[in-house]
Amino acid sequence: MNPSPAVSLTRVSKVFDSGAGRVHALADIDLEVGSGEFVSLIGPSGCGKSTLLRLIGDLLEPSAGSIRVNDKSAHQARVDRDYGIVFQQATLFEWRSVLHNVELPLEVMGRDEAEREQTARSMLDLVQLSEFAGHYPYQLSGGMQQRVAIARALSFEPSILLMDEPFGALDEMTRERMQTEVLRIWAQIGTTVVFVTHSIPEAVFLSSRVVVMSPRPGRIAGIVNNDLPQPRNDDTRESPRFYEKMTEVRETLRGIEAA
Amino acid sequence: MTETFPSFGEGTEPPPSVAYRSELAPGLLRVYTRRYLPAALIFVGGLVLWELTVRVFDIKRFLLPRPTAIIAAFGREFGTVTAAGWFTMREAMGGFVLGASAGVGIALITARWTLIRDGLMPFAIAVNATPIIALAPIMNNWFGITNPMAKMSIVGVIVFFPVMINMVRGLSEVSPGSLELMDSYGASPRQILRRVRIPNSLPYVLGAFKVGTTLSVIAAIVSEYFGGSRNALGVYISQQAALFHFAEAWAAILVASFSGIVFYLVIVAVERVVIPWHASMRAVAEG
Repeated sequence: MNPSPAVSLTRVSKVFDSGAGRVHALADIDLEVGSGEFVSLIGPSGCGKSTLLRLIGDLLEPSAGSIRVNDKSAHQARVDRDYGIVFQQATLFEWRSVLHNVELPLEVMGRDEAEREQTARSMLDLVQLSEFAGHYPYQLSGGMQQRVAIARALSFEPSILLMDEPFGALDEMTRERMQTEVLRIWAQIGTTVVFVTHSIPEAVFLSSRVVVMSPRPGRIAGIVNNDLPQPRNDDTRESPRFYEKMTEVRETLRGIEAA
Repeated sequence: MTETFPSFGEGTEPPPSVAYRSELAPGLLRVYTRRYLPAALIFVGGLVLWELTVRVFDIKRFLLPRPTAIIAAFGREFGTVTAAGWFTMREAMGGFVLGASAGVGIALITARWTLIRDGLMPFAIAVNATPIIALAPIMNNWFGITNPMAKMSIVGVIVFFPVMINMVRGLSEVSPGSLELMDSYGASPRQILRRVRIPNSLPYVLGAFKVGTTLSVIAAIVSEYFGGSRNALGVYISQQAALFHFAEAWAAILVASFSGIVFYLVIVAVERVVIPWHASMRAVAEG
């Protein structure tokens, strides 16, 4: 594999200690994500896929094992702003206009105002929301809000994009449009993407590799290499190869249940 | 690449607010009539009913004067009651500014040192539930009965607690997602305070300010009932009542109500300017 992967996890475990007792969320995770790769994490609820994403982002600390991001500690990578993150909820600030929401990370990083605005506007171009720069979040549909969140995550040009079920709250039609759009952006800027989902077609449509996870404790049950040709579009969804790949992922998921 | 997917229908939808405004413009008068006419009718109807009840049942003047008698008294005493009203409102507003500033200031300190918050909040909530107005005679004693500071300090204490408690809530009840997001940018606690916690607290604080305006007028007048300057509204009301001049007392109460409402509306106006994005403001705009 790539000599210097974007993300590398070695024997990573995570145990949550709460009043109710210990929850073993992740056990012995070994995973490498190559630079420029699009990797999906898929699995049933409680398999620790969102936890895994937060470990990579240094929003949680592992109980054991090591995490390297861009050949640095996860903490250093976060401080260096090596990744942008998108959650299931758009998490826009309701008191900021669309433009100012996209500028937020640049503000935190102390970029000057002219540069911030220019960058934010070009990001809104990228997600095709330029004409909504002056709107407030409540004036946008769920899909548009999520596109603003993507623009915000990309505004400081991070080399890695972490996405935690970003389209989970959207309807099926919007969801498919957003998937096409994410692939377009990915092809355009060549960022590494780690994408958490519980939708098999979403994982197959988007990723170059699908990491299938099993619950209690979360483990990697199998990895499906996905060589569906790029660029992918609506025709991809109807191709026989797409269905074959979906079957492969589904059978790996079934293997979990059988075990 | 962009041209490959030219129109995601979504992007071209007009936002709801634009559609709403263009719809509203022609029928504006009708909308306002519909919104305010019921209240206006009930107000006028209530006064008429009051007047008729007093006349028909021959209710004694000292129990309940007729609205027309109150208006006549208001006309006779106009200079006195408005001057007294202004005197008392200065106490109310001065105390409000003191209490609100202290409330905001202390809340900001607790955001920085959460230990202070955890130590202070149980007492703040407890004190807020006590009748602070009972301290009015004590304050008269501390500052001197005619010193406006005696009344302002009571008003200040009464306004302080709800402002402080609500601001602390607004600073701490931030969505976990917003905090994770700021963490992902490596934001400092100060940046989180300024960009997340303070904006998040504004609707809470302004809500407390609205409560505070009402409380401050009540506190100023009631503390004047325990004695104060002869120019004060509360003193005027209690003296006129003692002399059985009830129409005059009611005229003064009218001034008090009017001042309280104006004070409240000032904060409502501030709210519209400061937090137009908040859900409560949109309900006002679209309701």
